[in-house]
Amino acid sequence: MMRRRNFTGLAAGLGLAASLLGTSALAQDDPVRIALVVKALGIGFFEAAAEGAEQAAEELGNVEVIYTGPTDTTAEGQIEVINSLIAQQVDAIAVSANDTDALVPALKRAMQRGITVISWDSGVAPEGRELHLNPSSNPLIGNMIIKLAADHLPDGGQVAVLSATTTATNQNTWIAEMEKVMDNYPGIEVVSTVYGDDLADKSYREAQGLMQSHPDLDAIIAPTSVGIVAAARAVEDAGKIGQVNVTGLGLPSEMAGAIESGASKSFAIWNPIDLGYSATYLAYMLATDQAEAGPGAEVPMGRMGTLTLDENSEGAMADPFVYDASNIADFKDIF
Amino acid sequence: MTQYLKSREAILLGAILALLAMIATRFPAFVSPGNLLNVFNDTAPLIILALGQTVVILTRCIDLSVAANLALTGMVVAMLNAAAPGVPIAVILVLAVSLGAILGAINGVLVWKLSIPPIVVTLGTMTVFRGLIFVISGGEWVNAHEMSAAFTGFPRSVVLGLPMLSWIALGIAALFLLLVFRTPLGRAFYAVGGNPHAAVYTGIVVGRTQFWAFVLSGALAGLTGYLWVARYAVAYVDIAAGFELEVVAACVIGGISIAGGAGTLVGTILGALFLGIVKNALPVVDISPFWQLAISGSAIIVAVTFNVRQNRRRGRIILKRAEGHA
Repeated sequence: MMRRRNFTGLAAGLGLAASLLGTSALAQDDPVRIALVVKALGIGFFEAAAEGAEQAAEELGNVEVIYTGPTDTTAEGQIEVINSLIAQQVDAIAVSANDTDALVPALKRAMQRGITVISWDSGVAPEGRELHLNPSSNPLIGNMIIKLAADHLPDGGQVAVLSATTTATNQNTWIAEMEKVMDNYPGIEVVSTVYGDDLADKSYREAQGLMQSHPDLDAIIAPTSVGIVAAARAVEDAGKIGQVNVTGLGLPSEMAGAIESGASKSFAIWNPIDLGYSATYLAYMLATDQAEAGPGAEVPMGRMGTLTLDENSEGAMADPFVYDASNIADFKDIF
Repeated sequence: MTQYLKSREAILLGAILALLAMIATRFPAFVSPGNLLNVFNDTAPLIILALGQTVVILTRCIDLSVAANLALTGMVVAMLNAAAPGVPIAVILVLAVSLGAILGAINGVLVWKLSIPPIVVTLGTMTVFRGLIFVISGGEWVNAHEMSAAFTGFPRSVVLGLPMLSWIALGIAALFLLLVFRTPLGRAFYAVGGNPHAAVYTGIVVGRTQFWAFVLSGALAGLTGYLWVARYAVAYVDIAAGFELEVVAACVIGGISIAGGAGTLVGTILGALFLGIVKNALPVVDISPFWQLAISGSAIIVAVTFNVRQNRRRGRIILKRAEGHA
């Protein structure tokens, strides 16, 4: 505890010194240094985001990406990282936070020193950043999960939803958003919604139950990574590959087997490469004063279009990215 | 004969048949032979674990670490398979059973040599085992495409019309019946639980008997760890979270007295089947998920109430017999 306090004090002191020295030393031709702070190093998802950040840097020229983060997913670790970035006087920090509130004081200090701060993926409270980039939005996800099922059912059909727990906020919101757009998918009927509690065995059993009680079922939509894997396994074991298509939200590494067997034709999740690319692009636009963040503002993000901010200065990047047999091999080792 | 009809097992069997009849009125396809075999197969892991738990409870102990042991062993064999897909299934089975037995032996030694209450020991090791899974896996999943076809295929390979998973459960049930009825260790489980002081006078070491009960329970948890991971083709930190309570519930419903020394293996198997049928039926009879929890819980309480009444009556009978002899 003592050691940490000392270190923080030291880092803050260094930061102050650096900021005094730094402003005058910063020449016009120096690259824009953008720090991509992730929840923890060594996670495939974030390694992929760093790859996207490099793509953005290449496109923008004159950008140096500093990919960093703590070794474990703690807010304390991220605060130390942020303090050292302040000391290095980077131009922008783009952070995927381990804690909504704990990082705010450190990030505020960064902003006071003229550093552009944005959050992406996992957000920081509004006072601790200029904008937050969500990978997608609830309406986009709700639409995507039913679209994934409907795309393979041109003549309509029966679909069922396998969710996490009955009280899971995310899943319930997505299912509610899905129901709002059902009119756009005539002929598709949601026959049942069941809950697998994000347990592999219960989800498996619920999927089996769905196939028994609805013999004409055409698709199972599981907007949860445990459920989608278990449902695909249940379909394989029931010998219903080709009859029942499992889709929803899942990770490529976990779903590679199901895509290979044909139990799942396609599924979706955000693309971490695009996310890292957009975060870097946004940070660059703000750090170079080419755009300004604020409620209602529109910030360009290169090949991903424009980010429109809401009243909390949050925006959604894009539709979830669809993975199928054509691209699963490229992503299954990433995350 | 009437004695037999009034037995715990007969009542439980009646309850299971009544349950099946009730389900059949709402969803007839559930009681088709094919589906009942599926239900048995799905319940096999619960049966295996409950048999191990039974001998532990018979000796007046409890093993809350079975699900964590299962998850840890499952993760170890899954990671081994991902790293070295060529390792034969026989080796994996031996490894799973041995690792599980070692983990069980840790519980056993702590209970035997340090005389720590079993509930405390196994609560502790439960947490330690779950933590270890995180340490060895770094929180990462082992996924279907990383496992070899032989690894995931073994429990579902069909032999004489039944999947291997079901055969293993049947085999272990047979072994346990032999063990409990035909070996000194099996009789010692009952002796230690029934009256530890008397057991000591007959030359049974109470602690050592409890130790072996934990080793057996651990070995079965290890075996189930492999079967579970192979069946669902995924291994991660939280697999089978909370399953230990279901295992204890199966024993209690089956008439194993938590006070030790009373109950039969057949009762445990029926108890596990009862829970398995409820779990498999609830998704198809179209009951709101909010009611499902309440129904599962009520079934357990009803069964335990039966259990307590049953035991009380038997206690009196034993007393009368003793008086008669005197």
